Amino acid sequence: MKFRIEPFVWLAFSGGGVLAALFMPVLAFLFALAFPLGWIDPPSHDHLDAIVSNPLTFLVLFGLFVVMLVHAAHRFRYTLYDGLQIKHRVLVGTLCYGAVLVGAFACLQFLGGATQ
Amino acid sequence: MSRATGDDLSYRRPVPLWWWLHKRTYFVFVMRELSSIFIAWLVLYLLLFVRAVGRGEAAYQDFLDDAASPWLVTLNVIAFAFIVLHTITWFSLTPQAMVVRVRGHRVPGIAIIAGQYAALAAVTAFVAWLVLS
Amino acid sequence: MADEIRVEVARYRPDKDREPGWQEYDVPLRTDWTVLDALNHVKNEVDSTLAFRWSCRMGICGSCGMNVQGEPRLSCATFLTDYAPGPVRVEPLANFPVVRDLVVDIDDFLEKLPRVKPWIIRDEEKSVDDGEYLQSPEELEAYQQFSMCINCMLCYAACPVYGLDPDFVGPAAIALAERYDLDSRDQGARQRLDVLIEAEGVYGCTFVGECTRVCPKHVDPAGAIQRYKLKAAQESVKAFLLPRAFR
Repeated sequence: MKFRIEPFVWLAFSGGGVLAALFMPVLAFLFALAFPLGWIDPPSHDHLDAIVSNPLTFLVLFGLFVVMLVHAAHRFRYTLYDGLQIKHRVLVGTLCYGAVLVGAFACLQFLGGATQ
Repeated sequence: MSRATGDDLSYRRPVPLWWWLHKRTYFVFVMRELSSIFIAWLVLYLLLFVRAVGRGEAAYQDFLDDAASPWLVTLNVIAFAFIVLHTITWFSLTPQAMVVRVRGHRVPGIAIIAGQYAALAAVTAFVAWLVLS
Repeated sequence: MADEIRVEVARYRPDKDREPGWQEYDVPLRTDWTVLDALNHVKNEVDSTLAFRWSCRMGICGSCGMNVQGEPRLSCATFLTDYAPGPVRVEPLANFPVVRDLVVDIDDFLEKLPRVKPWIIRDEEKSVDDGEYLQSPEELEAYQQFSMCINCMLCYAACPVYGLDPDFVGPAAIALAERYDLDSRDQGARQRLDVLIEAEGVYGCTFVGECTRVCPKHVDPAGAIQRYKLKAAQESVKAFLLPRAFR
Protein backbone atom coordinates (compact mmCIF):
# COMPACT_ATOMS: atom_id res chain seq x y z
CA MET A 1 0.00 0.00 0.00
CA LYS A 2 1.13 3.52 -0.77
CA PHE A 3 2.47 5.55 2.11
CA ARG A 4 0.98 9.01 2.34
CA ILE A 5 1.21 11.47 5.21
CA GLU A 6 -2.33 12.86 4.73
CA PRO A 7 -4.17 10.00 6.51
CA PHE A 8 -2.03 10.44 9.63
CA VAL A 9 -2.45 14.21 9.71
CA TRP A 10 -6.17 13.75 9.20
CA LEU A 11 -6.34 11.32 12.14
CA ALA A 12 -4.64 13.87 14.36
CA PHE A 13 -6.98 16.56 13.04
CA SER A 14 -10.02 14.43 13.84
CA GLY A 15 -8.74 13.43 17.25
CA GLY A 16 -8.06 17.07 18.04
CA GLY A 17 -11.53 18.00 16.84
CA VAL A 18 -13.16 15.46 19.14
CA LEU A 19 -11.05 16.51 22.13
CA ALA A 20 -11.66 20.21 21.47
CA ALA A 21 -15.40 19.59 21.21
CA LEU A 22 -15.39 17.69 24.52
CA PHE A 23 -12.91 19.65 26.64
CA MET A 24 -12.80 23.19 25.30
CA PRO A 25 -16.32 24.29 26.30
CA VAL A 26 -15.76 23.67 30.00
CA LEU A 27 -12.11 24.81 30.01
CA ALA A 28 -12.92 28.02 28.13
CA PHE A 29 -15.98 28.73 30.23
CA LEU A 30 -14.24 28.26 33.58
CA PHE A 31 -10.79 29.71 32.96
CA ALA A 32 -11.48 32.36 30.33
CA LEU A 33 -14.83 33.67 31.57
CA ALA A 34 -16.19 32.46 34.89
CA PHE A 35 -13.05 32.81 37.04
CA PRO A 36 -11.71 36.15 35.70
CA LEU A 37 -15.19 37.71 35.80
CA GLY A 38 -15.99 36.28 39.23
CA TRP A 39 -19.12 34.41 38.11
CA ILE A 40 -17.64 31.53 40.07
CA ASP A 41 -15.11 32.10 42.85
CA PRO A 42 -11.70 31.21 41.42
CA PRO A 43 -10.12 28.20 43.11
CA SER A 44 -7.33 28.94 45.57
CA HIS A 45 -3.81 29.10 44.19
CA ASP A 46 -2.72 26.14 46.30
CA HIS A 47 -5.45 23.94 44.86
CA LEU A 48 -4.63 24.78 41.21
CA ASP A 49 -0.91 24.52 41.91
CA ALA A 50 -1.43 21.04 43.31
CA ILE A 51 -3.26 20.05 40.13
CA VAL A 52 -0.78 21.46 37.62
CA SER A 53 2.28 20.16 39.44
CA ASN A 54 1.01 16.61 39.15
CA PRO A 55 2.97 14.84 36.37
CA LEU A 56 -0.25 13.20 35.18
CA THR A 57 -1.76 16.65 34.56
CA PHE A 58 1.33 17.53 32.56
CA LEU A 59 0.94 14.46 30.36
CA VAL A 60 -2.79 14.96 29.83
CA LEU A 61 -2.57 18.69 29.11
CA PHE A 62 0.47 18.27 26.84
CA GLY A 63 -1.28 15.63 24.75
CA LEU A 64 -4.55 17.57 24.70
CA PHE A 65 -2.98 20.88 23.71
CA VAL A 66 -0.68 19.54 21.01
CA VAL A 67 -3.43 17.53 19.30
CA MET A 68 -5.76 20.54 19.45
CA LEU A 69 -3.06 22.68 17.87
CA VAL A 70 -2.67 20.18 15.04
CA HIS A 71 -6.43 20.29 14.59
CA ALA A 72 -6.47 24.08 14.45
CA ALA A 73 -3.49 24.34 12.09
CA HIS A 74 -4.85 21.72 9.72
CA ARG A 75 -8.25 23.39 9.52
CA PHE A 76 -6.86 26.89 9.20
CA ARG A 77 -4.61 25.75 6.35
CA TYR A 78 -7.67 24.81 4.29
CA THR A 79 -9.43 28.03 5.29
CA LEU A 80 -6.52 29.92 3.76
CA TYR A 81 -6.56 27.79 0.60
CA ASP A 82 -10.30 27.94 0.00
CA GLY A 83 -11.64 30.88 1.97
CA LEU A 84 -9.00 33.35 0.83
CA GLN A 85 -7.81 31.43 -2.24
CA ILE A 86 -4.16 31.59 -1.22
CA LYS A 87 -2.45 29.29 -3.67
CA HIS A 88 1.02 29.03 -2.10
CA ARG A 89 0.37 25.55 -0.74
CA VAL A 90 3.87 24.76 0.46
CA LEU A 91 4.31 28.12 2.17
CA VAL A 92 0.90 27.97 3.91
CA GLY A 93 1.51 24.37 5.00
CA THR A 94 4.94 25.18 6.37
CA LEU A 95 3.64 28.17 8.32
CA CYS A 96 0.65 26.33 9.79
CA TYR A 97 2.39 23.10 10.77
CA GLY A 98 5.49 25.05 11.78
CA ALA A 99 3.32 26.99 14.21
CA VAL A 100 2.30 23.64 15.73
CA LEU A 101 5.95 22.80 16.38
CA VAL A 102 6.49 26.17 18.06
CA GLY A 103 3.29 25.62 20.04
CA ALA A 104 4.37 22.15 21.13
CA PHE A 105 7.67 23.58 22.32
CA ALA A 106 5.79 26.29 24.26
CA CYS A 107 3.62 23.55 25.82
CA LEU A 108 6.73 21.72 26.99
CA GLN A 109 8.19 24.90 28.45
CA PHE A 110 5.10 26.32 30.13
CA LEU A 111 3.54 23.08 31.32
CA GLY A 112 6.91 21.67 32.35
CA GLY A 113 7.71 24.88 34.21
CA ALA A 114 4.58 24.51 36.31
CA THR A 115 5.31 20.85 37.13
CA GLN A 116 7.84 21.33 39.86
CA MET B 1 -11.77 37.70 -18.37
CA SER B 2 -10.75 34.09 -18.08
CA ARG B 3 -11.96 33.23 -21.54
CA ALA B 4 -10.05 30.35 -23.06
CA THR B 5 -8.17 31.00 -26.26
CA GLY B 6 -7.78 28.97 -29.43
CA ASP B 7 -10.40 26.46 -30.47
CA ASP B 8 -11.87 26.12 -26.99
CA LEU B 9 -14.50 28.84 -26.80
CA SER B 10 -16.05 27.58 -23.58
CA TYR B 11 -16.33 30.16 -20.82
CA ARG B 12 -14.71 29.50 -17.45
CA ARG B 13 -16.38 31.42 -14.66
CA PRO B 14 -13.92 32.64 -12.04
CA VAL B 15 -14.77 31.89 -8.40
CA PRO B 16 -15.17 35.25 -6.59
CA LEU B 17 -12.83 35.78 -3.64
CA TRP B 18 -15.76 36.18 -1.24
CA TRP B 19 -17.73 33.23 -2.62
CA TRP B 20 -18.66 32.14 0.90
CA LEU B 21 -20.62 35.34 1.56
CA HIS B 22 -23.04 34.53 -1.25
CA LYS B 23 -24.81 31.61 0.38
CA ARG B 24 -25.77 31.04 3.99
CA THR B 25 -24.58 27.43 4.08
CA TYR B 26 -21.16 28.43 2.70
CA PHE B 27 -20.93 31.20 5.29
CA VAL B 28 -21.71 28.83 8.17
CA PHE B 29 -19.08 26.45 6.77
CA VAL B 30 -16.37 29.12 6.77
CA MET B 31 -17.36 30.25 10.28
CA ARG B 32 -17.12 26.62 11.40
CA GLU B 33 -13.64 26.42 9.91
CA LEU B 34 -12.62 29.71 11.52
CA SER B 35 -13.26 28.17 14.95
CA SER B 36 -9.75 26.76 14.47
CA ILE B 37 -8.21 30.17 15.18
CA PHE B 38 -10.06 30.43 18.47
CA ILE B 39 -9.13 26.90 19.50
CA ALA B 40 -5.49 27.83 18.92
CA TRP B 41 -5.97 31.06 20.88
CA LEU B 42 -7.58 29.28 23.84
CA VAL B 43 -4.78 26.71 23.94
CA LEU B 44 -2.32 29.60 24.17
CA TYR B 45 -4.45 31.31 26.83
CA LEU B 46 -4.67 28.14 28.93
CA LEU B 47 -0.90 27.67 28.60
CA LEU B 48 -0.33 31.17 29.94
CA PHE B 49 -2.82 30.43 32.72
CA VAL B 50 -0.90 27.32 33.76
CA ARG B 51 2.37 29.23 33.60
CA ALA B 52 0.97 31.94 35.87
CA VAL B 53 -0.17 29.30 38.36
CA GLY B 54 3.31 27.78 38.32
CA ARG B 55 4.88 31.16 39.05
CA GLY B 56 3.12 31.54 42.38
CA GLU B 57 0.22 33.20 44.15
CA ALA B 58 0.93 36.79 43.05
CA ALA B 59 1.36 35.89 39.35
CA TYR B 60 -1.90 33.93 39.49
CA GLN B 61 -3.82 36.91 40.92
CA ASP B 62 -2.26 39.24 38.35
CA PHE B 63 -3.26 36.91 35.55
CA LEU B 64 -6.88 36.77 36.77
CA ASP B 65 -6.95 40.59 36.94
CA ASP B 66 -5.50 40.92 33.43
CA ALA B 67 -8.00 38.37 32.11
CA ALA B 68 -10.85 40.56 33.38
CA SER B 69 -9.75 43.46 31.18
CA PRO B 70 -12.44 44.45 28.65
CA TRP B 71 -10.53 43.54 25.52
CA LEU B 72 -9.53 40.10 26.78
CA VAL B 73 -13.07 39.42 27.95
CA THR B 74 -14.43 40.46 24.54
CA LEU B 75 -11.95 38.18 22.79
CA ASN B 76 -12.76 35.30 25.10
CA VAL B 77 -16.52 35.73 24.70
CA ILE B 78 -16.09 35.55 20.92
CA ALA B 79 -13.75 32.58 21.31
CA PHE B 80 -16.27 30.79 23.52
CA ALA B 81 -19.04 31.36 20.96
CA PHE B 82 -16.84 29.79 18.27
CA ILE B 83 -16.06 26.84 20.55
CA VAL B 84 -19.78 26.24 20.98
CA LEU B 85 -20.18 26.39 17.19
CA HIS B 86 -17.33 23.91 16.82
CA THR B 87 -18.81 21.49 19.35
CA ILE B 88 -22.32 21.60 17.89
CA THR B 89 -21.20 21.23 14.27
CA TRP B 90 -18.63 18.55 15.11
CA PHE B 91 -21.18 16.44 16.98
CA SER B 92 -23.86 16.81 14.34
CA LEU B 93 -21.52 15.81 11.49
CA THR B 94 -20.11 12.72 13.21
CA PRO B 95 -22.92 10.30 12.25
CA GLN B 96 -22.28 11.12 8.58
CA ALA B 97 -18.57 10.38 8.89
CA MET B 98 -18.85 7.27 11.00
CA VAL B 99 -20.96 4.16 10.79
CA VAL B 100 -21.29 2.52 14.18
CA ARG B 101 -22.61 -1.01 14.33
CA VAL B 102 -23.78 -2.83 17.42
CA ARG B 103 -24.46 -6.54 16.94
CA GLY B 104 -24.80 -6.09 13.19
CA HIS B 105 -27.30 -3.25 13.41
CA ARG B 106 -26.44 0.26 12.40
CA VAL B 107 -26.76 2.71 15.28
CA PRO B 108 -29.04 5.59 14.23
CA GLY B 109 -27.41 9.02 13.86
CA ILE B 110 -29.46 10.57 16.62
CA ALA B 111 -28.09 8.01 19.11
CA ILE B 112 -24.50 8.83 18.10
CA ILE B 113 -25.19 12.54 18.61
CA ALA B 114 -26.82 11.87 21.99
CA GLY B 115 -23.83 9.74 23.01
CA GLN B 116 -21.46 12.59 22.24
CA TYR B 117 -23.47 15.05 24.33
CA ALA B 118 -23.43 12.52 27.16
CA ALA B 119 -19.65 12.36 26.85
CA LEU B 120 -19.52 16.16 26.85
CA ALA B 121 -21.57 16.23 30.06
CA ALA B 122 -19.28 13.64 31.68
CA VAL B 123 -16.10 15.51 30.72
CA THR B 124 -17.57 18.83 31.88
CA ALA B 125 -18.61 17.35 35.21
CA PHE B 126 -15.20 15.76 35.72
CA VAL B 127 -13.22 18.91 34.95
CA ALA B 128 -15.53 21.05 37.08
CA TRP B 129 -15.21 18.59 39.97
CA LEU B 130 -11.41 18.48 39.65
CA VAL B 131 -11.02 22.25 39.55
CA LEU B 132 -13.74 23.30 41.98
CA SER B 133 -13.69 20.61 44.66
CA MET C 1 -51.86 33.95 -8.55
CA ALA C 2 -50.24 35.83 -11.41
CA ASP C 3 -50.52 34.02 -14.73
CA GLU C 4 -46.96 34.74 -15.80
CA ILE C 5 -43.50 34.52 -14.25
CA ARG C 6 -40.30 36.14 -15.45
CA VAL C 7 -37.41 33.77 -16.08
CA GLU C 8 -33.92 35.26 -16.30
CA VAL C 9 -31.76 32.94 -18.34
CA ALA C 10 -27.97 33.12 -18.64
CA ARG C 11 -27.04 33.24 -22.30
CA TYR C 12 -23.63 32.62 -23.78
CA ARG C 13 -23.11 32.38 -27.52
CA PRO C 14 -19.41 31.70 -28.02
CA ASP C 15 -19.51 32.94 -31.61
CA LYS C 16 -20.84 36.36 -30.53
CA ASP C 17 -20.36 36.95 -26.78
CA ARG C 18 -17.17 37.53 -24.87
CA GLU C 19 -18.90 36.56 -21.65
CA PRO C 20 -22.34 35.37 -20.52
CA GLY C 21 -25.24 37.81 -20.25
CA TRP C 22 -28.85 37.67 -19.16
CA GLN C 23 -32.00 37.37 -21.21
CA GLU C 24 -35.49 37.65 -19.76
CA TYR C 25 -38.54 35.71 -20.83
CA ASP C 26 -42.08 35.85 -19.46
CA VAL C 27 -43.60 32.40 -19.40
CA PRO C 28 -46.99 31.10 -18.25
CA LEU C 29 -46.99 30.26 -14.55
CA ARG C 30 -48.76 26.94 -14.29
CA THR C 31 -48.80 24.80 -11.17
CA ASP C 32 -47.64 21.71 -13.04
CA TRP C 33 -44.80 23.47 -14.87
CA THR C 34 -41.18 22.99 -13.95
CA VAL C 35 -38.25 25.20 -14.88
CA LEU C 36 -37.53 22.75 -17.68
CA ASP C 37 -41.09 23.19 -18.99
CA ALA C 38 -40.53 26.93 -19.00
CA LEU C 39 -37.30 26.53 -20.98
CA ASN C 40 -39.00 24.21 -23.46
CA HIS C 41 -41.82 26.75 -23.82
CA VAL C 42 -39.23 29.43 -24.62
CA LYS C 43 -37.43 27.16 -27.05
CA ASN C 44 -40.61 26.10 -28.86
CA GLU C 45 -42.60 29.35 -28.83
CA VAL C 46 -40.28 32.31 -28.24
CA ASP C 47 -36.60 31.82 -28.99
CA SER C 48 -35.37 28.69 -30.71
CA THR C 49 -31.70 29.65 -30.26
CA LEU C 50 -31.71 28.84 -26.53
CA ALA C 51 -29.50 25.81 -25.82
CA PHE C 52 -29.91 23.44 -22.85
CA ARG C 53 -29.68 19.71 -22.12
CA TRP C 54 -32.56 17.52 -21.08
CA SER C 55 -33.91 14.09 -21.74
CA CYS C 56 -36.23 12.15 -19.46
CA ARG C 57 -38.18 14.87 -17.58
CA MET C 58 -38.52 12.55 -14.60
CA GLY C 59 -35.37 12.88 -12.56
CA ILE C 60 -33.66 9.75 -13.85
CA CYS C 61 -31.33 10.73 -16.69
CA GLY C 62 -29.45 13.42 -14.80
CA SER C 63 -28.90 15.66 -17.82
CA CYS C 64 -31.00 18.75 -16.97
CA GLY C 65 -28.98 19.99 -13.98
CA MET C 66 -28.83 23.81 -13.76
CA ASN C 67 -28.28 26.47 -11.15
CA VAL C 68 -31.75 27.76 -10.34
CA GLN C 69 -31.69 30.86 -8.15
CA GLY C 70 -28.05 30.05 -7.37
CA GLU C 71 -28.80 26.50 -6.24
CA PRO C 72 -27.87 23.39 -8.26
CA ARG C 73 -31.14 21.64 -9.15
CA LEU C 74 -32.60 19.21 -11.63
CA SER C 75 -34.65 21.64 -13.72
CA CYS C 76 -37.23 18.92 -14.41
CA ALA C 77 -37.91 18.54 -10.69
CA THR C 78 -37.99 22.24 -9.81
CA PHE C 79 -41.40 23.85 -9.97
CA LEU C 80 -41.91 27.42 -11.11
CA THR C 81 -44.53 28.08 -8.44
CA ASP C 82 -41.86 27.67 -5.75
CA TYR C 83 -40.30 30.89 -7.09
CA ALA C 84 -43.49 32.91 -7.64
CA PRO C 85 -43.90 35.80 -8.10
CA GLY C 86 -40.40 35.65 -9.60
CA PRO C 87 -38.21 36.47 -11.31
CA VAL C 88 -36.35 33.15 -11.26
CA ARG C 89 -32.73 33.01 -12.38
CA VAL C 90 -31.49 30.05 -14.41
CA GLU C 91 -27.76 29.58 -14.97
CA PRO C 92 -25.59 26.74 -16.21
CA LEU C 93 -24.27 24.41 -13.47
CA ALA C 94 -21.60 26.20 -11.46
CA ASN C 95 -17.93 25.12 -11.52
CA PHE C 96 -18.06 23.78 -15.08
CA PRO C 97 -16.94 25.63 -18.23
CA VAL C 98 -19.91 26.95 -20.22
CA VAL C 99 -20.10 25.66 -23.77
CA ARG C 100 -23.21 27.58 -24.78
CA ASP C 101 -26.13 29.13 -22.85
CA LEU C 102 -27.06 26.49 -20.23
CA VAL C 103 -24.86 23.72 -21.63
CA VAL C 104 -21.69 22.95 -19.68
CA ASP C 105 -18.58 20.99 -20.58
CA ILE C 106 -18.69 17.71 -18.65
CA ASP C 107 -15.48 16.18 -20.02
CA ASP C 108 -13.66 16.63 -16.72
CA PHE C 109 -16.31 14.65 -14.84
CA LEU C 110 -16.32 11.92 -17.47
CA GLU C 111 -12.55 11.65 -17.18
CA LYS C 112 -12.71 11.39 -13.37
CA LEU C 113 -15.42 8.76 -13.02
CA PRO C 114 -13.45 5.79 -14.41
CA ARG C 115 -10.39 6.76 -12.34
CA VAL C 116 -12.00 5.24 -9.23
CA LYS C 117 -12.68 1.97 -11.11
CA PRO C 118 -16.44 1.93 -10.60
CA TRP C 119 -17.05 -1.68 -11.54
CA ILE C 120 -16.86 -4.98 -9.72
CA ILE C 121 -13.25 -6.14 -9.43
CA ARG C 122 -12.50 -9.78 -8.64
CA ASP C 123 -9.19 -11.37 -7.78
CA GLU C 124 -10.43 -14.39 -9.65
CA GLU C 125 -13.49 -14.33 -11.86
CA LYS C 126 -15.94 -17.17 -11.24
CA SER C 127 -16.84 -19.12 -14.34
CA VAL C 128 -20.44 -19.12 -15.53
CA ASP C 129 -20.73 -22.77 -14.52
CA ASP C 130 -19.98 -21.87 -10.91
CA GLY C 131 -23.19 -19.87 -10.82
CA GLU C 132 -24.09 -16.33 -9.89
CA TYR C 133 -22.74 -14.17 -7.08
CA LEU C 134 -25.47 -14.34 -4.49
CA GLN C 135 -26.19 -11.41 -2.24
CA SER C 136 -28.35 -11.17 0.87
CA PRO C 137 -30.74 -8.24 1.46
CA GLU C 138 -28.33 -6.95 4.13
CA GLU C 139 -25.43 -7.03 1.70
CA LEU C 140 -27.52 -5.15 -0.84
CA GLU C 141 -28.57 -2.59 1.74
CA ALA C 142 -24.92 -1.93 2.62
CA TYR C 143 -24.23 -0.13 -0.67
CA GLN C 144 -27.68 0.60 -2.10
CA GLN C 145 -27.80 4.24 -1.07
CA PHE C 146 -24.57 4.97 -2.97
CA SER C 147 -25.82 3.17 -6.07
CA MET C 148 -28.66 5.66 -6.57
CA CYS C 149 -26.39 8.27 -8.20
CA ILE C 150 -27.59 9.45 -11.64
CA ASN C 151 -24.40 11.39 -12.51
CA CYS C 152 -26.28 14.69 -12.66
CA MET C 153 -23.21 16.55 -11.33
CA LEU C 154 -25.23 18.80 -9.01
CA CYS C 155 -22.77 17.83 -6.26
CA TYR C 156 -19.84 19.12 -8.33
CA ALA C 157 -21.68 22.38 -8.91
CA ALA C 158 -22.31 22.71 -5.16
CA CYS C 159 -18.75 21.83 -4.09
CA PRO C 160 -16.55 24.89 -3.45
CA VAL C 161 -13.47 22.66 -3.23
CA TYR C 162 -14.05 21.42 -6.79
CA GLY C 163 -14.68 24.99 -7.94
CA LEU C 164 -11.38 26.17 -6.48
CA ASP C 165 -9.30 23.10 -7.26
CA PRO C 166 -10.53 21.28 -10.38
CA ASP C 167 -8.03 18.46 -9.70
CA PHE C 168 -10.23 17.27 -6.80
CA VAL C 169 -11.78 13.93 -7.77
CA GLY C 170 -15.11 15.14 -6.43
CA PRO C 171 -18.20 13.90 -4.60
CA ALA C 172 -20.01 11.64 -7.08
CA ALA C 173 -16.87 9.74 -8.10
CA ILE C 174 -15.88 9.07 -4.48
CA ALA C 175 -19.44 8.04 -3.56
CA LEU C 176 -19.33 5.61 -6.47
CA ALA C 177 -16.00 4.21 -5.25
CA GLU C 178 -17.65 3.65 -1.87
CA ARG C 179 -20.59 1.96 -3.59
CA TYR C 180 -18.27 -0.69 -5.08
CA ASP C 181 -16.12 -0.99 -1.97
CA LEU C 182 -19.20 -1.86 0.05
CA ASP C 183 -20.42 -4.41 -2.48
CA SER C 184 -19.94 -7.93 -1.10
CA ARG C 185 -19.01 -9.20 -4.58
CA ASP C 186 -16.18 -6.71 -5.00
CA GLN C 187 -12.50 -7.18 -4.09
CA GLY C 188 -11.08 -3.95 -5.51
CA ALA C 189 -11.04 -1.77 -2.40
CA ARG C 190 -7.25 -1.65 -2.27
CA GLN C 191 -6.97 -0.49 -5.89
CA ARG C 192 -9.47 2.33 -5.30
CA LEU C 193 -7.74 3.31 -2.09
CA ASP C 194 -4.50 3.82 -4.01
CA VAL C 195 -6.31 6.34 -6.23
CA LEU C 196 -8.22 8.15 -3.51
CA ILE C 197 -5.46 8.39 -0.91
CA GLU C 198 -3.69 10.97 -3.10
CA ALA C 199 -3.92 14.66 -2.22
CA GLU C 200 -6.58 15.31 -4.88
CA GLY C 201 -8.57 12.33 -3.57
CA VAL C 202 -10.59 12.19 -0.37
CA TYR C 203 -8.25 14.40 1.67
CA GLY C 204 -8.93 17.37 -0.59
CA CYS C 205 -12.46 17.48 0.84
CA THR C 206 -13.14 19.86 3.73
CA PHE C 207 -16.62 18.48 4.51
CA VAL C 208 -18.63 21.49 3.43
CA GLY C 209 -21.53 19.06 3.10
CA GLU C 210 -23.21 20.90 0.22
CA CYS C 211 -22.95 17.89 -2.10
CA THR C 212 -25.21 15.91 0.21
CA ARG C 213 -27.64 18.78 0.62
CA VAL C 214 -28.21 19.26 -3.12
CA CYS C 215 -28.22 15.57 -4.12
CA PRO C 216 -31.63 14.81 -5.67
CA LYS C 217 -31.19 11.08 -4.97
CA HIS C 218 -30.10 11.32 -1.31
CA VAL C 219 -26.81 9.59 -2.02
CA ASP C 220 -24.89 11.47 0.73
CA PRO C 221 -21.53 11.86 -1.04
CA ALA C 222 -20.16 13.90 1.89
CA GLY C 223 -20.76 10.95 4.21
CA ALA C 224 -19.09 8.59 1.73
CA ILE C 225 -16.02 10.82 1.53
CA GLN C 226 -15.60 11.13 5.31
CA ARG C 227 -15.99 7.36 5.74
CA TYR C 228 -13.40 6.91 3.02
CA LYS C 229 -11.01 9.19 4.92
CA LEU C 230 -11.47 7.07 8.03
CA LYS C 231 -11.01 3.86 6.06
CA ALA C 232 -7.85 5.17 4.37
CA ALA C 233 -6.50 6.29 7.76
CA GLN C 234 -7.21 2.91 9.36
CA GLU C 235 -5.50 1.07 6.51
CA SER C 236 -2.53 3.44 6.64
CA VAL C 237 -2.07 2.94 10.38
CA LYS C 238 -2.34 -0.82 9.94
CA ALA C 239 0.21 -0.81 7.14
CA PHE C 240 2.52 1.33 9.26
CA LEU C 241 2.27 -0.61 12.50
CA LEU C 242 1.61 -4.23 11.65
CA PRO C 243 4.07 -6.58 10.00
CA ARG C 244 2.98 -7.77 6.58
CA ALA C 245 1.63 -11.09 7.82
CA PHE C 246 -1.06 -9.57 10.05
CA ARG C 247 -2.65 -7.18 7.55
